[in-house]
Amino acid sequence: MSSEDYELVVGLEVHAELSTKTKIFCSCESSYGEEPNTNICPVCTGMPGALPVLNEKVVEYAVKAGLATNCTISKDSKNDRKNYFYPDTPRAYQISQFDKPLCEHGYIEIEDDNGNPKKIRILRIHIEDDAGKLNHNEFTGGSLVDLNRAGVPLIEIVSEPDIRSSKEADRYLKKLKSILQYIDVSDCKMQEGSLRADVNVSVHKRKEPFGTRCEMKNMNSFKSIQRAIDYEKDRQIYEVEHGNTITQESLRWDDLDGRTYQMRDKEDAQDYRYFPEPDLVAIRLSDEYIEKIKEELPEMPESRKERYMKELGLSEKDANFLTSSKAYSDMFEKAGEICKNYKAVCNWLNSDIARILNEKELEPEQIPFSAEHLAGLVTLIDKGTISSSIGKKVLDELFENPRNPEKIIEEKGWIQISDESAIKEVVLKVLESNPQSIIDFKAGKDRALGFLVGQAMKETKGKANPKMLNEMFLEELKK
Amino acid sequence: MNITELTVHELQEKLKNKELTSYEITKAYIDRINEKENEVGAFVTVTEDLALEQAKKIDEENNAEKAYAENNSEQAKKEEDNNLAGIPIGIKDNLCTKGIRTTCSSKMLENFIAPYNATVVENVLKEKMPVLGKLNMDEFAMGSSTENSSIKITHNPWNLSKVPGGSSGGSAAAVASNMVPWALGSDTGGSIRQPASLCGVVGLKPTYGLVSRYGLVAFASSLDQVGPITKDVRDSALLLNVIAGHDEKDTTSCNVPKVDYTKALKNDVKGLKIGVPREFFGDGIDKEVKEKLQEAIEIYKELGAIVEETSLNVAEYALATYYIIACAEASSNLGRFDGIRYGYRAKDYSNLKELFVNSRTEGFGDEVKRRIILGTYVLSSGYYDAYYKKAQKARTFVKKQFDDQFKKYDVLLTPVSPTTAFNIGEKKDNPLEMYLADICTVSINVASVPAISLPCGVDSRGMPIGMQLIGDRFKEETILNAAYTFEQKIKFRENYKPEFKKN
Repeated sequence: MSSEDYELVVGLEVHAELSTKTKIFCSCESSYGEEPNTNICPVCTGMPGALPVLNEKVVEYAVKAGLATNCTISKDSKNDRKNYFYPDTPRAYQISQFDKPLCEHGYIEIEDDNGNPKKIRILRIHIEDDAGKLNHNEFTGGSLVDLNRAGVPLIEIVSEPDIRSSKEADRYLKKLKSILQYIDVSDCKMQEGSLRADVNVSVHKRKEPFGTRCEMKNMNSFKSIQRAIDYEKDRQIYEVEHGNTITQESLRWDDLDGRTYQMRDKEDAQDYRYFPEPDLVAIRLSDEYIEKIKEELPEMPESRKERYMKELGLSEKDANFLTSSKAYSDMFEKAGEICKNYKAVCNWLNSDIARILNEKELEPEQIPFSAEHLAGLVTLIDKGTISSSIGKKVLDELFENPRNPEKIIEEKGWIQISDESAIKEVVLKVLESNPQSIIDFKAGKDRALGFLVGQAMKETKGKANPKMLNEMFLEELKK
Repeated sequence: MNITELTVHELQEKLKNKELTSYEITKAYIDRINEKENEVGAFVTVTEDLALEQAKKIDEENNAEKAYAENNSEQAKKEEDNNLAGIPIGIKDNLCTKGIRTTCSSKMLENFIAPYNATVVENVLKEKMPVLGKLNMDEFAMGSSTENSSIKITHNPWNLSKVPGGSSGGSAAAVASNMVPWALGSDTGGSIRQPASLCGVVGLKPTYGLVSRYGLVAFASSLDQVGPITKDVRDSALLLNVIAGHDEKDTTSCNVPKVDYTKALKNDVKGLKIGVPREFFGDGIDKEVKEKLQEAIEIYKELGAIVEETSLNVAEYALATYYIIACAEASSNLGRFDGIRYGYRAKDYSNLKELFVNSRTEGFGDEVKRRIILGTYVLSSGYYDAYYKKAQKARTFVKKQFDDQFKKYDVLLTPVSPTTAFNIGEKKDNPLEMYLADICTVSINVASVPAISLPCGVDSRGMPIGMQLIGDRFKEETILNAAYTFEQKIKFRENYKPEFKKN
């Protein structure tokens, strides 16, 4: 049999940190990157006698996420304890939700590998608290516990096993990320761990029951997830083809080795002894409450995409690109509104900005400059104050040290030369020192013109108005 | 005048009339502690310097305020009536106190100093009560004799060879021996009422949710309540005034209107309907206990109450339900004592698992381990439905049985403890027999209702016998008045006193 005879089945459990100001059960700030153990209190460090108080914003954000992913919101929900010992878990239990999650039975629509719409069903979304972090201390050899993250609110979004390829998984994750960003409940900064996924993979022969799944825990890069799924698919098919059985287990993906490894402790054997959290009262939501959140939901990517195509005349490809990230889309709308040149803003985002982000391995949310800055750049080009090649240099500056583009070109002396006599002077100088090009041009080699313009640009350090240069050269050459 | 024999409301009067200062009162108690603590062993920590310092400060403030009040009469006078500033207190050692160690009488927390105050401790400090110290208990409040303390054995002031009951044995013994004017205890299955009964003092377990649990080191979250242990019923009402009320730090605390519980003490039970559930007077209850309760029933009748026998068939389910729920919650609540952040850490370990296992093996005593193991078992997958889930259903049933009773009666009257205080060491090695000491009290916690324990006489060996009055949810006023009226009639404190007998 070949791998064609097998079907891949993937289910994803995505953990997203909610961007509430405070933690889920106490009033400590849930900010990232502080000095270890500074955002802590008796509650989130699990001091004896301390009690949790559920942050209402967490419920609101989770309901938003549920509504944005077409879930049914449970009006009668509760918290449960999940018991296990680990140094990053200060109470020795996580407060999660077991049998009554806040949201159930939703879906997200993506494209399958043939470009057809496909619904990936969502089993449930529940709220829970994050654990702290263990930092290995290289000097003493021990581990140090940082509890700043302990109690940061999470939602866990559990998909049904509806995903059939690593690319579908990637599209699902990107779509989910963009939804969570659009409704502004999570910043989804993967490099900070605010979006992480447990990836369940199995293979089976078509028309046969699902195979045994393996789980890769805590993955926080879309690229790694795709690679890991592809690797696991091949590995599991190989095992099955060679008469081996797949055992249900937790695996660890090693990005450098490009393969998975068995985890030493078999977490699947663990009994979490879930039971209702007696320190918290049941969560009861009214129809009015749910309805109000529904009404306040912001515009979703689909609707923005439609609008970009219909009202702004963008191509589907451009509209898709822009709405793939809320950061792009927001910047596009804001900058476009200021400079009134949506197409140019779209092009900058689509080409140079996306390229630079890629080179720097940054996410769109990490664009260091504002929509005002980008609009300013577009306006400077539109007014002819700078050329588009200077524009690229301005963009580089914006990434390095974001400030008003007008100020940048002033400081750098990049203002375009549009003065006719100044341009003429340069043109004559270039012609004088390049007689061969004049001969070439007259012999019909159009390329010579380009060369001459290039030389003139070099002479003016790129500041000459390229259109005027072109015209002036043609005029002189035709004399 | 012997200061330490006075009740709090008597001390309050003397403070108000400037017959006594807070310093004099506090010093008298410190002297009493220095005299009796060796015999009784009620304290884990005595905070002598702190208490005297607090008292001094309060006296200074009082003088300043009174000078002011003489000119600004009405309002100030009104506030003075319920003023408890300067009255010292003892605190059970499972209530977190900032800067004073909170051990839960466990090796696990022998050197633990909480970084914050429990809400009830905050309340007490806000009233400006000097803190005399932290009181001994069964380890993590698990036990009925205070013999499970890893710190020391507490002796019953009526007979030093007997237990004071538990788990708030230190609190009850300290009040009975006049080492504190009153104390805070906690009650998960009888831990206030049973030691109060065995020590001849008054103990109140409030309705679940009336008093904040924030800062009470959790044993069983859905059953724990903090409550007063006092010399008489009026003091009980006074201390309940201080600690009752909604706390936004404890979402299981209820938002009920604040009342002055002393206003409920009417010394009148005419027409009060009292039910006496016959199931609480079965074979396991000592004959002398039954007799004294029968006398109490007659007294209530004389006082004009309507007393009827009734049937409340919960005892057989309640004990099992209680031990399943309490142990399940305890097994989870006590997980945090893992040797990582605070508390005892084993010296020898070679990996993380050994650090956990050795710290807990060495840090917890036998009874705590027994309950963690039981609780872990009943929550395990495959057993959850048969035990924990079933216990939750039984709990609903027990609640309903009580609800039905309170449709007919205002108060239910039962024994607190099947026997008077037993000998130290007598039941220590028989946990099941020890569990039966709670047979009359646990169903009250399971049903989340309030109950008060007060002395109604002594047995032939001179050991106090307690009576339990149970009320409907948030009907503390009813049981306080019923208890007060009885107390005024029999005047237990005037007739009986602990004698510190040696055997």
